Amino acid sequence: MNAHHNFSRRTLLTGGLATGFLLAFHLPLRAAPNEPVQPPDVTDGKFAPNAFIRIDVSGATTLVMPQVEMGQGIYTAVSMILAEELDADWSKVQLLHAPANEKLYGNPIFIIQATGGSTSVRAFWKPLRVAGASARAMLVQAAAAQWQVDPASCTTSKGQVTHKASGRTLSYGALAAAASGQTPPKDVPLKDPKDFVYIGQPLKRLDTPDKVNGKAVYGIDAIVPGMKFATLAQCPVFGGKVGKVDDRAAKKIPGVRQIVVLDDLVAVVGDHMWAAKKGLDALDIEWNEGPNAKINSKAVWDDLRAASAKDGVVAKSTGDIGKGLAAGEKFEASFELPFLAHATMEPLNATVHCKPDSCEIWTGTQIMARVQSEAAKAAGLPVEKVTVNQHLLGGGFGRKLEPDMVVAAVRIAKQVDGPVKVVWTREEDIQHDVYRPVYRDTIAASLSGGKIVGWKYKIAGAAIIARWLPPAFQKGIDIDAIDSATDVPYEIPNFHVEYVRAEPPAIPTGFWRGVGPNNNVFAAECFMDELARKAGKDPVEFRRGMLANQPRFLSVLNLAAEKANWGQPLPARVGRGVCLQPSFGSCMATVVEAEVDEQGEIHLRRVTSVMDTGIAVNPDIIVAQIEGGLVFGLTAALYGEITIDKGRVQQSNFNDYRMLRINQMPKIEVHVVKSGEAPGGIGETGTTAGPPALRNAIYAATGVALRRLPIDRKLLAAGKKA
Amino acid sequence: MSGKMRILTSLIVIAIVVAVSGVWIIRGPGPLDFAGGTKVALADYRAGKPTGVPAKLEKASLVERGEYLAKAADCMVCHTTPGGKDYSGGLGFKLPFGTLYSTNITPDKDTGIGNYSDQEFLGAVQHGKRRDGARLYPAMPYTSYTFMTDEDVLAVKAYLFSLPAVRAKAPDNTLSFPFNQRWAMIVWSAVFNPDTRFAPDASKSPEWNRGAYLAEALAHCGECHTPRNLGFALDNRKKFGGAITAGWRAFNISSDKATGLGNWSDQDLISYLSLGHAPGHGSASGPMGEAVDHSFSQFAPEDISSIVAYLRSVPPQPSPDLPATTAPVAPAAHKDGVTADARGKMLFAGACASCHGWSGESPVSPMATLTGTWAVNDPAATNVAQIVLSGTKRHTPDGALSMPAFGNAYTDDEIAAVANYVTARFGTKGSKLTAKDVAELREQTAE
Amino acid sequence: MATTLTINGETKSFDAPPDMPLLWVLRDILGMTGTKFGCGIAQCGACTVHVDGKAVRSCVLSVSAVANRAITTIEHVGSTPAGAKVQKAWLDAEVVQCGYCQSGQIMSAAALLAATPNPDDSDIDAAMAGNICRCGTYVRIREAIKHAANGQS
Ligand code: FES
Ligand code: FES
Repeated sequence: MNAHHNFSRRTLLTGGLATGFLLAFHLPLRAAPNEPVQPPDVTDGKFAPNAFIRIDVSGATTLVMPQVEMGQGIYTAVSMILAEELDADWSKVQLLHAPANEKLYGNPIFIIQATGGSTSVRAFWKPLRVAGASARAMLVQAAAAQWQVDPASCTTSKGQVTHKASGRTLSYGALAAAASGQTPPKDVPLKDPKDFVYIGQPLKRLDTPDKVNGKAVYGIDAIVPGMKFATLAQCPVFGGKVGKVDDRAAKKIPGVRQIVVLDDLVAVVGDHMWAAKKGLDALDIEWNEGPNAKINSKAVWDDLRAASAKDGVVAKSTGDIGKGLAAGEKFEASFELPFLAHATMEPLNATVHCKPDSCEIWTGTQIMARVQSEAAKAAGLPVEKVTVNQHLLGGGFGRKLEPDMVVAAVRIAKQVDGPVKVVWTREEDIQHDVYRPVYRDTIAASLSGGKIVGWKYKIAGAAIIARWLPPAFQKGIDIDAIDSATDVPYEIPNFHVEYVRAEPPAIPTGFWRGVGPNNNVFAAECFMDELARKAGKDPVEFRRGMLANQPRFLSVLNLAAEKANWGQPLPARVGRGVCLQPSFGSCMATVVEAEVDEQGEIHLRRVTSVMDTGIAVNPDIIVAQIEGGLVFGLTAALYGEITIDKGRVQQSNFNDYRMLRINQMPKIEVHVVKSGEAPGGIGETGTTAGPPALRNAIYAATGVALRRLPIDRKLLAAGKKA
Repeated sequence: MSGKMRILTSLIVIAIVVAVSGVWIIRGPGPLDFAGGTKVALADYRAGKPTGVPAKLEKASLVERGEYLAKAADCMVCHTTPGGKDYSGGLGFKLPFGTLYSTNITPDKDTGIGNYSDQEFLGAVQHGKRRDGARLYPAMPYTSYTFMTDEDVLAVKAYLFSLPAVRAKAPDNTLSFPFNQRWAMIVWSAVFNPDTRFAPDASKSPEWNRGAYLAEALAHCGECHTPRNLGFALDNRKKFGGAITAGWRAFNISSDKATGLGNWSDQDLISYLSLGHAPGHGSASGPMGEAVDHSFSQFAPEDISSIVAYLRSVPPQPSPDLPATTAPVAPAAHKDGVTADARGKMLFAGACASCHGWSGESPVSPMATLTGTWAVNDPAATNVAQIVLSGTKRHTPDGALSMPAFGNAYTDDEIAAVANYVTARFGTKGSKLTAKDVAELREQTAE
Repeated sequence: MATTLTINGETKSFDAPPDMPLLWVLRDILGMTGTKFGCGIAQCGACTVHVDGKAVRSCVLSVSAVANRAITTIEHVGSTPAGAKVQKAWLDAEVVQCGYCQSGQIMSAAALLAATPNPDDSDIDAAMAGNICRCGTYVRIREAIKHAANGQS
């Protein structure tokens, strides 16, 4: 990674501050990459050199997926990396969800078995290559031994070892048994990227054929013989409890089997979801709302604004910020981002069968091992008595980095005889999310000679890391909340970033696609445009002036400007806005072109993104992820907001938690530049890029400098001025 | 359920009544005067029994009879907050000059009506007089309930007193001067409350008389469907000609052939009242949806038939702003038919077409069919905008039918655009709602 | 209540209350989980099936309303000409991400193509705007529909 990534949370985590607990966890993938780890299950005759690869006598190559598939295409990318170094036959590749096993499948960046933060390829790039290469070496050794030749004289390709000189070949299948007896090599050499045959190709995704014919099995599709169906209502007020439940009417509904009343939730178990849902509707539940019933959005914002006025913990400071701010004309602004729900397309669910001495779970989660251990606690069983069967996820976006849905399902299932599938209604899903927290970012900057000479940036918001990965929360700094704030690409001589931890009362907060960079890229890039205007410069020109030492950023910015026809005339009330971002170890520039009509309605016309993510494992998946990420971010920019009144979330379903639809879509053009750098993150980049670029386009079209999301269209009607 | 409008009107009334003399003229005819026949005292009417409960409940206990009558009078909707305990009051009616809250009518002694004697209860229901002597605002439709017999009112009381007492004090009204002057209601009441019990019309059939009693004394149809006079009491010269109530349009239910019920078949009327839906005429939603769910759907079939017989006799009152006929089915293809209003169309495609179809005939349920409904044929688009804003939740024998509320996530501009598109595509004449109109509708229904 | 439906050309009999939405009959009684639950209020399209060839939201379609009508689900749409084209185009264009919405997207697209073999952008908007994709695959959906229509896939 480049110098400018030195402060990203990943580097911090895996490098400096996290060294201590890196050692505390046994991390075979990093600690001893060349030592094969036996797969946990029985391999019956298969060649199983490590946790990721099994090859049977037919040559069928099963790859075990350490990261979960939630749409981001990681199963394909992981397979490509493994297959590349293994020289596997792509047509024989089969996939397996990894079981819960932190030791074998822990994410080297998070240390735990988690998928998120756009880390998958970054974290597993090296370990998977090593795993593939050492398996390949063992197969070669086996063939060479059989042929009595020097392994170095053998080559591999498409699942075969070839000895050119003698014209002999053996398939991996034929070698599977013999290879099992080989000792894995030390310091196995990895391919030179110029020799890659799979990596860099837009190979077809492996998970899609079953997703177009209804065969793909998501957590919500698990079918366990004899299972019942349940749906639940949790106290609408955060932290509230169940008071009285009158279930007389519910019990009369045909198909209703059981009413489960726990301290904070009520579930109805029935023969199918319809019975459960009708039963739930028919319940008369009195809640003890508790002290949080007074919470409302206004109070949350008042608190956050007050917190953001305080001094924070310094996350980075270079130069002399005091002098820097005094050195030029000073400007200041605050940017505010709302609570957001994830609204994964697949509502929360888990199927659970609890028996006195065991518990089996079928679900789709981003954190298998944590789900297993939390479920064990809820079930009152030792961890090894809990089995988690991983399924495809109908979207994750960070929601399924939380174990709450499985824990709730286990608690319900404990009361039920036999397996039960617990499915959240969309309303429950939205009203009991773990929300992207509110943030308020305040920037003071000074301009001199058309450049920024001082930049004081203060983030105020929740510390998700402190709850989610406590060891990584050190010295009062949430490395997620500050991500992308400390490593803006621009050369600013006096640069200072502070963080104020401010937790909203009782409202659970968690990671949401785009994570910390969402707020920081938004604030920084929006203010960049305001400063450009103060400096009398074109926004792209202004940025270029501070990128002399950032060739990757400069080149994506230039290419994006070129592809988007930056600078060419536009009709009235149409504008282009740019966003340049360093997030997730990738460099990305985005231009949004949008029209604001007389009523203030926004019409997206065109989006152009240029991505330098280092080596692009599968360029087409990268393009797809950016397209999707942009839609996700633009949706939030236009409509996304969870509001609270009387301690309750006011939104409930897609009628009031609104989504961008196909008939609002602009043209999207994504360019992936060739690069030899190590791969960066992708899944979240588009999400982060959309809102600031759109806001800047609106700024250009109307002159109105919006500083809050979602965009308030009432401020944009013709005639309104900032 | 028609409370909000009643309150609004009542409050304005206060001001007007004090100032205006000559109310005699304003008052106009009583609700049953159109029939013109010979009224006889109830006791002298031998042809049938227009009051009380249907035959099958004759032998039922007082409480059971009271329950039937309480439902027929639809007490619950106004006296219950969403999610609150039945009849415990507290439903807020937000008005520009403050908020009025319905009272707790469970038998709780402190916060409800537990201390009411029979006489006091009669005083409230028939005369608009509270136990402490204070006057009720005509949000409480006592000018209709006044026609109920003492026996029926007391049966209702017996039913209410059989319910669990709920301790729930309704918030204090926050009406500003002069609307907070309850005494003014004495004057209003003297003028506008007929304060008389139902007297059968000997020239009409027993069925008609039963229908008249149900429609006038209990179901208080006129409170929503009859326009108001200068004194903001019902103007029975235009009886059942339709009016705006609580931000919703209560359509013409006179026997006018074009714009009233004249061309509805008996079966249509029966179906609409008992199920909230009649094929080709749309579905009850908003306040009428609630009236069906909580009241009409519980009526005995012969009582529904009686109401139908009575409605048929109400003289035609044209609604000149409505078209002579509703529009036919729109084309199935989005490109055919009305295509104007790109913005409205875009919204319709995303949020509406799945249920209502491009033709207006619902692919999922006849209840969601737009074709033939007055709502989409009303050039003011009041109910279209209203239902988009606040949605509807209906309970029918076939299960719940809901339309979600879009008011919280869509702007006034967007709601106006979609209403204009819908009325243009599926109605005879498109509406021209503006964002401001929608904002006003929001005001009228805000709770 | 014993109910009989014709689903994917087969007759299925089962017990279900008449107001039960077809979605839950498919998923929870018949075990046909290709049809997805996303919102339950006809706002997302994940539950789309064909009834007599038209795209309909099964989450608000009571089972009593579809007796005697031909129901096709994602599991079988590939056997219709339009469905097969759409599925192929979907794979060629790599539309799918998490895939959860895609059963519904494909059902809507197949119904569109069956009725309008050469849809333009406005036809695609009109037919597809009711289907939400949280992963944001809209650009490729549009592309794939056009390819399927042109037979270029
Ligand atoms: S689940 Fe039916 S439309 Fe969303
Ligand atoms: S592909 Fe994930 S919701 Fe559409």
